Amino acid sequence: MLWVDLRFLSRNWAKTLATTLIAPVLYLLAFGYGLGRGVTIEGYSYLNFVIPGIVALTAMTTSFNAAGMKLHVDRLFYRCFDETLMSPVSLFSITIGKTLIGVLRGLISTAALLVACFAFSPLPTVNVLFWLTLVVTCFVFSFLGVLIALLAKSHQDMSVFMSLVILPMSFLSGTFFSLSQMPEALQVVLYISPLTHTSQCLRAAALGQPFPWGSLLILVGFGFAFLLGSYVVLRRLSL
Amino acid sequence: MSEVITTENLTKHYKNVCAVEDLNLHVNSGEIFGFLGPNGAGKTTTIRVLTTLAKPSSGSVYVAGFDVAKEPEKVKKVIGVVQQHLTLDLDLNVRENLELHGRLHHIPSGDRSGRIRELLEYVGLTDQSKRMVEELSGGMKNAAMIARSLMHKPRLLFLDEPTVGLDVQMRRRMWDLIRRLNRDGTTIFLTTHYIEEAEALCSRVGIVHQGHLIALGTPAELRQKVGLVTVETLVDGKFTQYEHFPDRSSATNYAESLPPDVKTILIRESNLEDVFVELTGKTVGDEER
Repeated sequence: MLWVDLRFLSRNWAKTLATTLIAPVLYLLAFGYGLGRGVTIEGYSYLNFVIPGIVALTAMTTSFNAAGMKLHVDRLFYRCFDETLMSPVSLFSITIGKTLIGVLRGLISTAALLVACFAFSPLPTVNVLFWLTLVVTCFVFSFLGVLIALLAKSHQDMSVFMSLVILPMSFLSGTFFSLSQMPEALQVVLYISPLTHTSQCLRAAALGQPFPWGSLLILVGFGFAFLLGSYVVLRRLSL
Repeated sequence: MSEVITTENLTKHYKNVCAVEDLNLHVNSGEIFGFLGPNGAGKTTTIRVLTTLAKPSSGSVYVAGFDVAKEPEKVKKVIGVVQQHLTLDLDLNVRENLELHGRLHHIPSGDRSGRIRELLEYVGLTDQSKRMVEELSGGMKNAAMIARSLMHKPRLLFLDEPTVGLDVQMRRRMWDLIRRLNRDGTTIFLTTHYIEEAEALCSRVGIVHQGHLIALGTPAELRQKVGLVTVETLVDGKFTQYEHFPDRSSATNYAESLPPDVKTILIRESNLEDVFVELTGKTVGDEER
């Protein structure tokens, strides 16, 4: 299942990498250097505070797009997804296969971003917990991408979801500022967002704070929910 | 002869629209079966059900002896499908499209490249193997889709409008390819808008209209039903009227009995298109849905 997407990636890797890196690097420059110079949050320099947030954000958007967009295009524009459905491959394999490309691209992009970050300011630590969180996050949002791509009936549906769910999440989920700065009612809402948990885990790991295992668990829960959702939708779709 | 497709009272409806109703279809192994009908008659729906892409609302459907609703995976292994629209992956080249299909069908990697080479040669695309799909002409794209559908050596091949939009030369090459496939042992289930295509290729034809199968038989049998000889007359200089007769003498008698002001008269052998129009009542493609 993954092979086809790898072919695509290998043909377009430079373009892909460049486009996925532009946004986070811009955020880094604008917020990290432009706005945040001299600001400290929770006792850390803003740059150190914001980098894990931007990594979280990149992991989310890249995985979601990589898993969702290609599947969406295959299904509605090339209409070659029918071919996949007509092959003797189990629906579960299809779901996982379509997800893996998102995970892979998410990890590649975040790794590249981290390399770029080191050029600006070395993070205190990028440890095992950091990577663990990243992998889980990439799975969560790849599954979400697959789910939404399977549900979408038009290109419009995709972009509506992007602007109503993905975009607000990317700004508000503790990526650019601490959640404790928000009104309490909003905090409650934001804790529903999986990305909030990602940025908290990543930040804790990077800054050497106690690791919020509960948040990681919630992420895993989201992952399973989206996986199950995709599988159910695919079943309904194919027969 | 064994049956490769059997449907018993197949019914499929989408929400309120009934696309296919009580369809009973039997296709024998080794034949080229033509499935005809006006737009919206239920052809594509039937194909979608037969190829496991849609679930029948009621009735039973067997392909190669397997129940489509219960054992779709087994059905998928023995059928090849060429859909009417382009379903190649545009991000891949021709070779890679075939390779992907081979992987999806679990063809061992050792056999894959040989099979791809063989098939590209079979459909005449050897020189195009490295080109991206979008660079191909319409006929080449269709040929590539056929090649892809043959990767896993299906016993039964579904061709949904394989010659739409092709020029005459390309269409004839496609016909030759279809005949050759059939000679090599593949049963073919073909839908088409071009009635003469069905007449040229098919051993048996089924005509579906408004979700019902309204005729089934060899082209000659169907012609016999309507009449083997057709008389065309131009009425008021505006539209052509068709009358069908069992033989030439009765047709001539009729032509001679016409009033002298009817000028343009043509007596000819009837064809499948006459049968089609006679049975479906409208010219092909004109039905609104």
